[in-house]
Amino acid sequence: MKTIEDLKRLREELKTKNNLRHEGGTQIIVGMGTCGIAAGARQVMTAVLEEVAKRKLEDVKVCQTGCIGMCEKEVLLDVVRPGEPRITYGRVTPADVPKIIAEHVVNGRIIAELAVGKITE
Amino acid sequence: MEHIRAHVLICAGTGCVSSGSKKVEAAFQTELVKKGLDKEVKIIETGCHGFCEMGPLVIIYPEGTFYVRVQEADVADLVETHLYKGRIVERLLYKEPISHESIPSYNEISFYKKQMRYVLANCGHINPEEINEYITEGGYEALGKAITQMKPDQVVEEVKKSGLRGRGGGGFPTGMKWGFTAGAAGTKKYVVCNADEGDPGAFMDRSVLEGDPHRIIEGMAICGYAIGADEGYVYVRAEYPLAIKRLRVAIQQAEELGLLGENILGSGFNFKLKIKEGAGAFVCGEETALLASIEGKRGMPRPRPPFPAISGLWGKPTNINNVETFANVPQIITKGADWYASIGTERSKGTKVFALTGRINNTGLAEVPMGITMREIIYDIGGGIQGGKKFKAVQIGGPSGGCLPENKLDLSVDYDSLIQAGAMMGSGGLVVMDETTCMVDVAKFFLNFTQAESCGKCTPCREGTKRMLEILTRITEGEGREGDIELLESMAKNIKTTALCGLGQTAPNPVLSTLHYFRDEYEAHIKEKRCPAGACNNLLQYAIIDSCKGCGLCKKVCPAEAISGEKKEKHEIDLIKCIKCGACFGKCPFKSIVKS
Repeated sequence: MKTIEDLKRLREELKTKNNLRHEGGTQIIVGMGTCGIAAGARQVMTAVLEEVAKRKLEDVKVCQTGCIGMCEKEVLLDVVRPGEPRITYGRVTPADVPKIIAEHVVNGRIIAELAVGKITE
Repeated sequence: MEHIRAHVLICAGTGCVSSGSKKVEAAFQTELVKKGLDKEVKIIETGCHGFCEMGPLVIIYPEGTFYVRVQEADVADLVETHLYKGRIVERLLYKEPISHESIPSYNEISFYKKQMRYVLANCGHINPEEINEYITEGGYEALGKAITQMKPDQVVEEVKKSGLRGRGGGGFPTGMKWGFTAGAAGTKKYVVCNADEGDPGAFMDRSVLEGDPHRIIEGMAICGYAIGADEGYVYVRAEYPLAIKRLRVAIQQAEELGLLGENILGSGFNFKLKIKEGAGAFVCGEETALLASIEGKRGMPRPRPPFPAISGLWGKPTNINNVETFANVPQIITKGADWYASIGTERSKGTKVFALTGRINNTGLAEVPMGITMREIIYDIGGGIQGGKKFKAVQIGGPSGGCLPENKLDLSVDYDSLIQAGAMMGSGGLVVMDETTCMVDVAKFFLNFTQAESCGKCTPCREGTKRMLEILTRITEGEGREGDIELLESMAKNIKTTALCGLGQTAPNPVLSTLHYFRDEYEAHIKEKRCPAGACNNLLQYAIIDSCKGCGLCKKVCPAEAISGEKKEKHEIDLIKCIKCGACFGKCPFKSIVKS
């Protein structure tokens, strides 16, 4: 590095690398209860990770959760954007993932036909 | 490209490594591959979290779940349950000692709740061997700001205004010290970091060096710019191999990125850094002895003045600060002196890192704001005394410090209050003692240490500490004489005023402070030949009382064949044969053996 600008640029490039260790950012939560796994949650998870990587969404946190009781509608996938309600999508397949990420995670548009619940905190 | 969805932080500080964290890490590597998660979960080795009592420590993000005492055998479960299914593994969570409640998150644990972690912010949070992780957390921003936007005297002024005082013991205002060296005549100047941490029970400097070495490099470079030095030395003891290794890696990475070396960030400022390994003599923590040691001479102090600020390393103006002092510098530059000065008390600003050891539940490192009470540190953060025993005293400041009794627990912890109470901040070692500790024995322990570490150059320290130690030994062996206390006091005062360096001048402190607060214990030893704490072997007698059932266990375990008696009848101890090893005392199931 030759100048202070180089340091700033490096910092900017690295900025998101430790996001996982800080609070904040959009969360995508996959239901990984026994019911969810049986319904294909792991495949959905893999699809989410691939899509997030493809779009370089480095401030997105991909988390898991256990069974929330709506086993009928598994695989369940929640999207929580900061300051917005938690939206639950049901019967999600790997094929739905790119759409959910493009529409909701990136652009903030809830996909009504896939959504099965909304939790306002 | 893959998306990393989880970070597994494994503590690789000296404490956790010795409790097996390297094996845990290897197990994670294999398990993740086995489960096919190795592309989405990243393992990060970190420095010390400070909660060494509970190691090996593992933290899994994004949830921030804090797992304690993780063993190799637990890893499969953690990978399957937490990383694959997203469920917390309850049995590995930390349980509060009093409520027995399991606590999943790092910040909710009472050990951390009362802490204010600024100097230790990165310790346990980043990989110390990866400069990019430091930069991600804002590292080297302060150096960049100082050398491109500030003039050297502005940097000195900012440090002065912050109120930062030396964290190595004396508490001298850091900005003022920098000002002296900056103002000294000469073009060649040096920055030296004193990492010769030698107080028994102190390990905060080691942990910062191991957990966040770039912070020290940055602090030293800022100092170099402020005082006009282009070269620095870190004097670190050879007993800290991991700290030396990480520091070496850090210096190399900083050089590769151009953050050390010639014309740093195009500012025209040059700074290079070298490591000097010390051979472990305690006296080398004294600044003039330390400088002699860097120069390749025998580590012995010399009279001051001239102070190192005027004539230091190879006769050139030199600024010496301790590790923790340098670690405080970057945040003062980025967040400002006013922010820094808003923490702490009127004359002691900022935070202080303490190493908690002794008979305390939560052994470890705690960073707290100045002005907190000793009670909060020991009971709220430290979790109180082991085994529910009664608190007796806390030794603060190492061999130069003193012991504070229970009625000083609510004292504000800052430089001036501690001095007033007969102790000192020192480097920040806190050794907690319970009712079974004999205070004369404690004084003897510390004097034994300073006596052995005395370099022998000046008579008061070389001869004086030796004679004092002899008297203390005599007292603990039941041969104390009338007048010993007065003799100790007068010798202590003489050594304090006449010894050459800090080591000798402060060596009598443990004796003086225990004499001040626990004089009755000394008197009991001398006049009644009795050790009230039951710790001094020569003053002890074991006896069997009437509740003895005659089981014969004590007789079997006695190595000196000093116990006799028939089965089912009361046994007897032959006091002449008894070697006072205490084996029978520990073995008796009926508590029929007593110490007196």
